[in-house]
Amino acid sequence: MVLKIFFPQCCNRADSGLLVGRWLSGHDSAVVLAVIHYPFIPGQVKQYIQQIQARSGVELSVLGSWSLPKEGQEGMESFLRDLSTIFPQKRWLQINRELGKTGFNCQVLSRDQNGRVIPREIKKKADKIDGEAGGDGEKKTKKEEEEKEKEEEKEKEEEKEKQDEDEEEKVIFVHYEQRKVMLSQLHPIENGLSDPTTDPSSELRQMFRSVALSQPLYFLDRYDDGPLKSTHWQSEGREASIIVELLKHSTLPLCVLIRWLLSIWTWICDIRVFSLSPLRFLSSKLSTCVQLSYRTEHMRTLSSQKPAAGHTEFMRKANMVVSVLLDVALGMLLMWWLYKDNHISMLANTVVPAADHVAKELEELLQWLMGAPAGLKMNRALDQVLGRFFLYHIHLWISYIHLMSPFIEGILWYGGLSACFGLTFALSLLSDMVALLTFHIYCFYVYGARLYCLKIYGLSSLWRLFRGKKWNVLRQRVDSCSYDLDQLFIGTLLFTVLLFLLPTTALYYLVFTLLRLVVVLFQGVLHLSVDFINSFPLFAVALRITRSYRLAEGVKFKVLCEEPGTALHLLMEINPLKSSAVVQLYRTPTYSCYPKDSWAALAKKLFVGELIYPWRHKTTKTD
Amino acid sequence: MMEDETFTDISGKAISLSCQDHSSLCKEFVVSVPKVSIGKVMVYTCCVWLLAYAVFFFTENTAVLSSAIFITLVGMMLHIHFVKVDHETLLFIGSLGIQLSSSYASGRETTTFIEMGKIKDIVINEAIYMHQIIYYLCVLLKDPSEPNAVAHVVPLFQSSKPRLNCLVKVYKSCQEILSKC
Repeated sequence: MVLKIFFPQCCNRADSGLLVGRWLSGHDSAVVLAVIHYPFIPGQVKQYIQQIQARSGVELSVLGSWSLPKEGQEGMESFLRDLSTIFPQKRWLQINRELGKTGFNCQVLSRDQNGRVIPREIKKKADKIDGEAGGDGEKKTKKEEEEKEKEEEKEKEEEKEKQDEDEEEKVIFVHYEQRKVMLSQLHPIENGLSDPTTDPSSELRQMFRSVALSQPLYFLDRYDDGPLKSTHWQSEGREASIIVELLKHSTLPLCVLIRWLLSIWTWICDIRVFSLSPLRFLSSKLSTCVQLSYRTEHMRTLSSQKPAAGHTEFMRKANMVVSVLLDVALGMLLMWWLYKDNHISMLANTVVPAADHVAKELEELLQWLMGAPAGLKMNRALDQVLGRFFLYHIHLWISYIHLMSPFIEGILWYGGLSACFGLTFALSLLSDMVALLTFHIYCFYVYGARLYCLKIYGLSSLWRLFRGKKWNVLRQRVDSCSYDLDQLFIGTLLFTVLLFLLPTTALYYLVFTLLRLVVVLFQGVLHLSVDFINSFPLFAVALRITRSYRLAEGVKFKVLCEEPGTALHLLMEINPLKSSAVVQLYRTPTYSCYPKDSWAALAKKLFVGELIYPWRHKTTKTD
Repeated sequence: MMEDETFTDISGKAISLSCQDHSSLCKEFVVSVPKVSIGKVMVYTCCVWLLAYAVFFFTENTAVLSSAIFITLVGMMLHIHFVKVDHETLLFIGSLGIQLSSSYASGRETTTFIEMGKIKDIVINEAIYMHQIIYYLCVLLKDPSEPNAVAHVVPLFQSSKPRLNCLVKVYKSCQEILSKC
């Protein structure tokens, strides 16, 4: 086996001392975490290691010795070897570095059962050399064979020696940057649930975990007055940010305040008036209400007193905070623009003429449909009836708008204030307003669709009658059926009538569906942008860009130096997660407003005349 | 300890394989693909521009020409950033794992590292590719639940598809290391 030693880069130039670290269970590898310098009292070192072990839960031990000789420190070989008797270990690493050389030398001392230290001996069974000469043995004489065997034996012995030599130098040094490894999170994320006993998890994962968990080890630095001095990534003086610490402390009262506000809010929401059926139905349809409940849920998660349990939850919370902050900032920007030059009244003054204009255009469209649209010859009577019906509807609508017009500015003014909660609120409010202002278009669509649907269903059932079949409801299939002559006559007559009236209704349906689709498209764009702001993992993406090592997909190795005779040195770097994977992984789950049907299903619905978008759940109920 | 040899890929283009022995346990294989030829770039650019000029001749709209320039520039950038692989590297570190990396013409590098614990074996496989049968080198990954089953197959040298003689060379040295540890 090959011994792998994970060595922190910060300890490359450390003074001589003891290597503190951990043997990885199930693998032939050791992680060096810190170096404790001479002089020390062995008892204190043992005590210190036990303390740290109790605090971090990592099985720490003294792995061996590290020596970087300076002037006046020579002849330490025997001393280093003696150290291994003080700290009894199965294997004792003796790593030394010579000045002027980049590579390390490593000696492994293993301990036999009597406790005596012996340099590592390699037990190796003689390899059975593959019968390379197996096939052509027949042609050769015995002598030659004997000679050959002898040669082979010689070769074997030589090879054995060679292998022994190889075996001794089979140590791989993997240099890692301790800080980055400590902070990074390997993906896919493993929750703390899987214990290392059932899952003989990969070597790298174990290594990452042991570096991250042994944080208490890094508290002791070189400038402390304690009896021990050690080198690790924080040994040059502790690294921390005052701003972060202050922020951490200041969030506590903020959380309390938010919790108090939330409790009031939930108390208001729980009043029984709001749970009555029409109000509840209405609130589930208004996107502002949906957004409100969604944000409430967010704030509840954020203000909870428990700290985030794992990496996933922490990232989720951080993403939420950033998205809320961004949302509010954008909302403030919008408010500033709205209230700066009295844009509100300008908007209000344009809304009513715009609605009028739309109504006028619709009227013209209806007039056009009532004539001979695109040269088509419609059924005149039905055409007139439908046209008049819709015209009357538009007339009603315009009078409603004019009744509302004095209040529109006030509504806009107060609605604009909602932008202080965030841009998403303003956008949802806009979407609701559009829905209310285009209610007539929706009504037209529903009437058209209902008529059209009726005709399509009638035609299809009469078509079956025409062929002498009928729909069996109990068996959900088409059965043949013998009709009377009267039934057939009436049915065929009705079929013909419906067939000739179909184009007129289909035309009205087509025109109003297109209008409706335009409105739905606009609302869809608004909803998509709201959803984007709500769910985009801005924190994770920023982390990926600025501190790419925090979210690691894996590692990558580089070969560092090759001096003949020394061990192989590798540099371990962190391979950051791909940006697309970051977005996919850390997206905050939202109520999805993406269309659930496929395009084909949508087209089919449109063709048959089923209602699309808002009242979808009703159609599923009737199914 | 570097040796360069020239081989051909499945379509007959010359590629070079360089093996580097870092130690008895660590070997690096680099398959390099020839750079983008200037002639090819010229041909593609000329095609697009001539087409744009033909359209311009009929429509007399200068936006067509500027969009043609834009399209060629963006296309070239996307090509060297996402499609054109300069060299693919296989770093085999005994008892630690296999690292596959490919570096694109723009300098972008993608790297994946497979741990030794997950690797079952490394083999040469056959595959049907378009209308021919090709050989490729692949790493078999263990299924964590069943020790004898193969969970995944990771093909190596995917963009520069070398021929069998080159693959055999890499395969032999990989097996040598695998048997050692």
